[in-house]
Order: sequence, then structure tokens, then C-alpha cells
Amino acid sequence: MADDVLTLPLDAWHRTRGGRMVPFAGYGMPVQYEGIMAEHLWVRTSAGLFDVSHMGQLLITGEGVDRALETLLPGELQKLGDGRLRYSLLLNEAGGIVDDLMATRQGEGFYVVVNGATKHGDIAYLREKLPQLQIDYLEERALLALQGPKAVEALEKLAPGVSELVFMQAGRFSIDGIDAWISRSGYTGEDGFEISLPGTAAEQIAEALLADPLVKPIGLGARDSLRLEAGLPLYGHDLDEQTTPVAADLTFAINKRRKEEGGFAGTERILAELRDGPINKRVGFTVEGRQPVREGARVLDGEGNEVGKVTSGGFSPSLQQPIGMVFVASALSEVGTTLTLEQRGKLFTATVAPMPFVPHHYVRKGAQKS
Amino acid sequence: MSLYFTKEHEWIRVEGDTATVGISNHAQQALGDIVFAEAPQAGRQLKKGEEAAVVESVKAASDVYSPVSGEVVETNDAIAEEPALINTDPEGEGWFFKLKLADPAELDGLMDEGAYREWSSNL
Repeated sequence: MADDVLTLPLDAWHRTRGGRMVPFAGYGMPVQYEGIMAEHLWVRTSAGLFDVSHMGQLLITGEGVDRALETLLPGELQKLGDGRLRYSLLLNEAGGIVDDLMATRQGEGFYVVVNGATKHGDIAYLREKLPQLQIDYLEERALLALQGPKAVEALEKLAPGVSELVFMQAGRFSIDGIDAWISRSGYTGEDGFEISLPGTAAEQIAEALLADPLVKPIGLGARDSLRLEAGLPLYGHDLDEQTTPVAADLTFAINKRRKEEGGFAGTERILAELRDGPINKRVGFTVEGRQPVREGARVLDGEGNEVGKVTSGGFSPSLQQPIGMVFVASALSEVGTTLTLEQRGKLFTATVAPMPFVPHHYVRKGAQKS
Repeated sequence: MSLYFTKEHEWIRVEGDTATVGISNHAQQALGDIVFAEAPQAGRQLKKGEEAAVVESVKAASDVYSPVSGEVVETNDAIAEEPALINTDPEGEGWFFKLKLADPAELDGLMDEGAYREWSSNL
């Protein structure tokens, strides 16, 4: 692997486990172990362990941290309770998305997880725009995700009490004797957890989790197909600095009070789009036949003009058919609309489909006793 | 019967003036789970090195090039219906198409099995 590719705490462990390593977001990361299809289906039926230590973990503190963050994020942070998570968007002045992230109120501050490829830019942007806050990059911490219907059963054995968490709630737990910050959240559409812990303990915890026959290691390949089935956008593909939360169909992340009051970067444009509708919109699609239509394919109208672009596409292991996400003119965004897609000179017939493609299985209320 | 390979990881098995073409075990491993395959239809004239077929895994799309020139005489419909055959038996049941050789001399530039296995194991 090239010298400029950094290694994460579990690098050697992935190799021992048979992970096929590829450069991703500047790090060597496992794209697959036994195969994307098998790993994907394992997560949908049991529990999969993902190493997502490339992601940026930040601790943001300072006087009025919630109000200050609300100038760049359109979410309701002031009323976010301790140990509660919110999916949000870091916005630029034009209302474009600098990154998507998870923000958790953690005592006096906010624990924020941002994308690996964008983390350094995010930190610089936050420091520039919010100089009154302290932005700590928790570089020495690893991040693991345990996802799937049996994740709770597997994790409860090592970290007693985690089954009490509900979706989008977090807290401090001891896992196999290690202090960790664990949230009930993820990027697969399944029930599951994300575990922030010291990088020096990552191998111990990964080993302990893998010792359970319910758990298998899962690579980035299945992470991508799982999030696609769950209808979850991927930054740098479905989201970028030119795309607004409204066009990206992420208006759920703009809470009611924020819609009324504004006060976030790009407010004018975003509120106008909420009122009048966006020009383009992110929607899901399915394709006739078996051939995947991938990122970069064009949407053509009857005259052959480009009226949209595929931003994610692949073969759904759960549904055994090609699915994807596309930005199309709003007039073409209704579920059931037929789209003509062009990829490498070949035309495909696609249909706008509701997302998620595979239903979410989040645990929203109470502990699940079995 | 002779078996040859290309640096693009196609194999070609020659019997008389007919050749069967597919992708190597090394190629299917690199691609991972194959979900789609499209082989050329009988009657199509292929030139050596021309894009002849498409194979797609969960991860990526890849072209299959014709190792030699000739006319397609048979298509393996089984791989369209069951693309995973290319994973499970890439150099057998997972063949793509058969063609009638236009110029047997084109085989001279291809690798034999031993040379290919050694070369591909070092990739």
C-alpha cells in the first residue's frame, strides 16, 4: 500500500481476518472479507461489525455551543436532550451541504461524527466560523459499528445496559472492561450501535465481539449496499456543496422552530426552496432487468436532453434487483414516474421508487426484552 | 484442445476451429459477487481485443474483450439467468460465448495456462 495511505488501529486485525484492503478517505480500509453479498445479507439477518474509524470524531464545547452550532446546522440543538443524537447537515452560506453528520449532546458539549473524507475541511470550517468554540478532534479514538437485528443481543453480553438505549440515544458504557461511548444508531437501516472507544482498545473489543458466532466482520462494500437499500445518502456522491437539504430530500433534518426562525447558513435559499419546491430532487429508482445503473449515469428526456444524474446505484442484495438514487427535475420526482437512464451508451428504463427500498428496523421505544 | 489466457484475464479454449471464451478464476475473485452478465449474440463478428461482453459485480462493471477475432456461434444463456455461475465455475459452466476462429495465428500471442497462473498470482 502506498506510503501516503494512513493506517487505522485495526489495520493488522483486518488483514488477519482476511479483509481485502483498499485506500479509502486516505486510509487503508477493508472493502470486503468473505464477499459483499454474503456480508450484506448477514447484517440483515444477524449482526455485522464495521470498522469506521476513518470517520471524524469531534468534541465541540464552549459557551452557548448549541446556539453557535445552530448558525451552521439547521437542526434543533437547543432542545436536544443529554445523550440524544440528531442527524444534521453542516451548511455553507449558499445553503449547500459541506457535510452530513451526527451530533450528540454530551454533557456540556456536543460529540459530533463527520465523514472521513471531509473531516479536516469540516474542522477548519467550524474553527473559522465559530472561533468562540473549542473544536477537539478525537483522533486517538476508534469507531466501531455493530449492526443488525441481533446486534443488541451480542452487544448486551459485553456492554450490559445498552439494550435500554432507544434509536438515536447514547451513553457511557463499559464494554469488556473498556470505557466507551455507545449510541443506538447506524448507517444500515437496521437496529444497531456505534461504539466510540480508545484506538488502543479497538483490537480487544473487535476480538471480543467477533468471538460471538452472531457477529461477522463487514467491509465497506456491504456498508455501501446496505445504506443504499436504506435510502441513506452518501456524502461526496449524493450530497455535495452545491446541493441543499431540500434538494437532497433531507428536510426532516430542518426542525420546525428552525423553519420558522431561520438563522442558519443559507436560510434564505433553503426557506425559499421549502416554500416553492427545489428545482431538482433526490429520489430513489429501480431498474428493469438485472444490470446495475451506477453513479454518473444520465437521465434523458424524450428529446435526449439531460434532465438528471444518478448519484448512487448498484445491485440490491436483499431485493435482487438494481436500485439507486438520482437527482431529477422536480416534475419527474413523483413515485411511479418512468425515467430513461443512459450509461455507457446504453438506455435503461427506470421507475421512481419510494425510499427506503428495504424497511428500516429501528428500535424507537423501550428496551426489547426477549 | 488448448487453453490460453489474456492479460485482461479472459481464457480461451480451442477445439479445432472453435473457441470457448470466459473469464478466469482470478478475474471472478477480483470482481466479487457477479450479478449481471451479457454475452454477445450468435452471428456477431468480433475483432481481437474488441469489447465482447459485460460482467458486473455488486461493486463494479467490467468489460470482457474477445481474445481473438471470429464470428460468435453460441452464447451461454445460463450466465444471464444465473450470473453467480461465473463465480462458482468461471472456467467451466460460467463460459460466455463460443466463436469460430478467423485467424488461428492470433493465438500465438496469448499466454498458456502455466504462464498465466504464475503471472496472475503475482498481481
